[in-house]
Formats: sequence, structure tokens, C-alpha cells
Amino acid sequence: MSQKSRSGDLLPPDRGRDRPLLAVAAILVFLASLAGIGAAGAWQAAEGWTAQLTDQITVQILPGTGRDADADAEAAAIEIARLPGVASAEARGRAQSERLLEPWLGTGVLPDDLPVPRLIAVRLDSETPLAPGAVEALLGDAPYEVVVDDHDRWERAVTRAAAAVRYFGLGVVALLTLAAAAVVAFAARASLAARWDVAEALHLVGAPDSYITRLFQERFFMLGMNAGLIGAVLAGVVGYGLSILGGSAGAVFFLPRFEFGWLGLGIVAGAALVSGLVSAISARLAVSNVLKARWT
Amino acid sequence: MTTDPRDPDAASPQSAPAAVRFDGVGMRYGRGPEVLSDLSFELPSGSFHFLTGPSGAGKTSLLKLIYLAQRPSRGLISMFGRDSALIPRESLPDLRRRIGVVFQDFRLLQHLTVFDNVALPLRVAGQARASYADDVIDLLKWVGLGDRIDALPPTLSGGEQQRAAIARAVISKPELLIADEPTGNVDPEMANRLLRLLVELNRLGTTVLIASHDIGLVRSLGAPVLELADGKLIDDGRRAA
Repeated sequence: MSQKSRSGDLLPPDRGRDRPLLAVAAILVFLASLAGIGAAGAWQAAEGWTAQLTDQITVQILPGTGRDADADAEAAAIEIARLPGVASAEARGRAQSERLLEPWLGTGVLPDDLPVPRLIAVRLDSETPLAPGAVEALLGDAPYEVVVDDHDRWERAVTRAAAAVRYFGLGVVALLTLAAAAVVAFAARASLAARWDVAEALHLVGAPDSYITRLFQERFFMLGMNAGLIGAVLAGVVGYGLSILGGSAGAVFFLPRFEFGWLGLGIVAGAALVSGLVSAISARLAVSNVLKARWT
Repeated sequence: MTTDPRDPDAASPQSAPAAVRFDGVGMRYGRGPEVLSDLSFELPSGSFHFLTGPSGAGKTSLLKLIYLAQRPSRGLISMFGRDSALIPRESLPDLRRRIGVVFQDFRLLQHLTVFDNVALPLRVAGQARASYADDVIDLLKWVGLGDRIDALPPTLSGGEQQRAAIARAVISKPELLIADEPTGNVDPEMANRLLRLLVELNRLGTTVLIASHDIGLVRSLGAPVLELADGKLIDDGRRAA
């Protein structure tokens, strides 16, 4: 029968309203996805940094008067490497220490008599913990001063900074999600007002509120999904671009790289679905409230 | 059930509750004055009534009360034996499915074909398209819209839209049919045909209430008449016209 081909949706498409809403929702999803990817990157980077800091300690050898500091550092590194819980110990020469001091003292050649500390990078064995105070005890009788830095101070700072970035990212995602939900709720109310004839006709032929609500819910779920897909794919492209370019976002988030791994990919994939669900729920609540208020 | 539209009690078996019963009903919009006051009447199950009165008498308001689009500000309305004030909100859709309404302004959905408009009550009731397609087409042929099945309402004349609206109201064989000026936009021949459809529906047991200005139409059947003036019932239909 020919009429079957023209069986229409009960809720007609409204491109005039849907397109701007699609654009706004896509932009919100794009920003939320980027924030999510940024937070995920911060999370991963912070974990890497924390692991590095807890796996290493640095021993400073302060040169004694009339002594060869480089030789002292080499000898100390050999002794330290023998301690239980130490995987390796590597002495860094004066040249390497000078490079570390360049930001403060400049690139000029330092006077030979300037007592530049020598550093020993000690990598710890993750299986066997190093006994507290073992390095200090080992070098306690040495004819030079020794400072052991277990990075505890930095680890706490990095953990705090990383947590701040994570929560900031999650907060931005939450705020953008709320904004998207509010925009969709507003749009759903406008859509219901524009198609009140449909709602009223359905109501009068015996459709319960849930039937009418479902029409709008499905409409906005699809709109949210489409917007989510567009926004998330754009965010994915940008995120991937930043990760292969070295991560300009690192400058913003005080992180070394903009990480876009499996988690980032998951965020992009999940964003479309979450966007659809947020839109559907928001539209459902908005329409349901209006119907209850109108038809008491 | 076969009934004679001219007898107000003919279709009122003692056991069946009245399809509609008003008892001291008044109605106002918001905080405005009462547009209907002290209405008391009964539409026995299976009866056929006309509702007449001058413009502004309150006919449309009365119909809104019957199809549950408005609540009374006072008095009791009983639908199919149930006090409408005590019917929970979630049960109202079930009640509305038992009522077919023909609106004066048709209220067809402009983006749906005539077929889909007429099938709307069945679709909402959850019936499969295959189960009602033939019935819808047969009914559309009966009301003279057999060749406009795929047409959209904006392309129909006023009379065609009216017939589609009537078809939509009767397709689910409602227990109560309310029609507001159902023959106002059609020629006398089609008006007679539509009236026959409503009488036939009444013979099958549907309670029918037609609001009309058309004195000729009202007199043609000799059915009881409810007459409104200034929101008050001056004839409750107990005497045959």
C-alpha cells in the first residue's frame, strides 16, 4: 500500500531549531572531551612522575677542601651501589652539575675553586626497599659532606599539582556537562512549545505523558549522540595532534606532554554516548515537568 | 445494541452506568467568572444527544469537561460510573481512549498523512500497523477520502479535514463520541452521510453527543437536545425534540 511509505514520525524534524542546538552541543562536547583528555593526560603523567621520584634518590657530595670531588663522587657511587635496595648508582661529573646550575649562574665558565656539588643518581630496587638512613650511615665517616635527597618534598608537590589538574579537568567536564544539560532542557521546552499541537493531539487520543515524553527523549538522544560524535571526534583529532606535536597543553597544565592514550580514546568514544544520555535525560525531565504542569 | 436516537431512555439499561453524568457542575477559567453553572444532566450509555445553544453559551466548555481537558470548579462529573475527581492522573489516558472527539478546528497533525492521522488513536494504543491498516482505509473510503489517503492535511479542503477528523474520532470505536459542529464544513449530502456514520456508531453502542448550531441537523433525527444559554442548561434533554 502506498500510504505505508509515508508513515511519518509523530514528532516532525525541526531543522531550524535542531541545527543551532547541534552546533552548541557539539562545541560543549568538544570542550568537555578536551578537558577530559587533559585530565586523563595529567593523571597519567603525574603517575609517571611520582613513580620516577619514588624510584630514585639523589646524593650530593659537597667538595671537601683540597679534595678531588669527582673522584670522591665516583668512589661513593661504587659504595652506594653495593647497598641492599640499590639497583644502580651513577656519579655525575662537574660538567653535568654546572649544566644544572646554568639557569642561575649562566653559561660562562665557573671558577675552578667554586665548590660545585657533585651528584650521584641512585636508582632504587623496586623489589627490595632501601633501609632508611643507609646512605647517610655508609658515608657518615667520609671526609666530605653528604646530602641525601629522597625527593619526598618534590613527590608531595607533584602529587598535589597533579591532583589539582585532575580535579580541575573533572570540574570543567562536570560544568560543561551541566551546561549541556541546561541547554538541552531549554531546547526541549522550546521544542515542546513549538510542537504543542502534537502533544495535545496525542494527549487527547489517550497517550499517557510517558508516551509523549518518550518522543522528545528519543529525539534529543539522537541529537545528543550526533553532537557528541562530532564534538568528540574533533576533540580526538585535536588531542591526537597535540600528543604527536609534543603537547603544547603541557605548558598550560604544567605537564611535560599532552598524553592521548587508550584512556583518551575511551573518553572520545564514550563522550558521544554520554552526550546522548545527558540530552535524553535532560529532555525527559524538562518535557515531563511541563506536561505535569499543563495537564493536572 | 440497537437504539432509537429519538428516545432518551432507550439506551439506558438499568444495570449500565450513565456514560456521562453532571451533578451541579460549575466551571470557570482561572479566576474568571463561571462560564458554566449548575449543570445537571445525564447521557445514558448508548444514547444519542445534541447540544445546542447560541455562540458563547458554553458548549465548547462543556465538551472540554466531558473529554477531561478541563476540571470543574464545583459539582460532580461522573464518567462511565466513576467520579472524575477521584480518577488518578495516570488512569486518565485509559479513560480518554474510551472517548472520541471531533474538534471544530479538526486538530489534525499537519505533518502526518490522512492515513496516519486517522490511525493515531490505534497507534497510541500500541496496535500494530498491519492490524488496523485495512480498517483505516475502509473508513476513509466510507467518509469519501479513499483517494486522499496519502494527502497531508494542508492540501485538504475544510470539508475533507473535517471528515478526516471524524474518521480519527471513530476509528477506535469509542464508547463515547463527542463532536463539535461535525458537519459545519461539508455539503448537505456529505453531512447526511456523516450523520449516518454517527448513527450507525450509536447503534453499535457508542454514546453520541453532537454540539451543533444546525437546527436542520438537530431536528433531522429527533434525538434529545441539551440546550445551553449563558452557561446554564435550559433543556436537559429529558424531553424528545
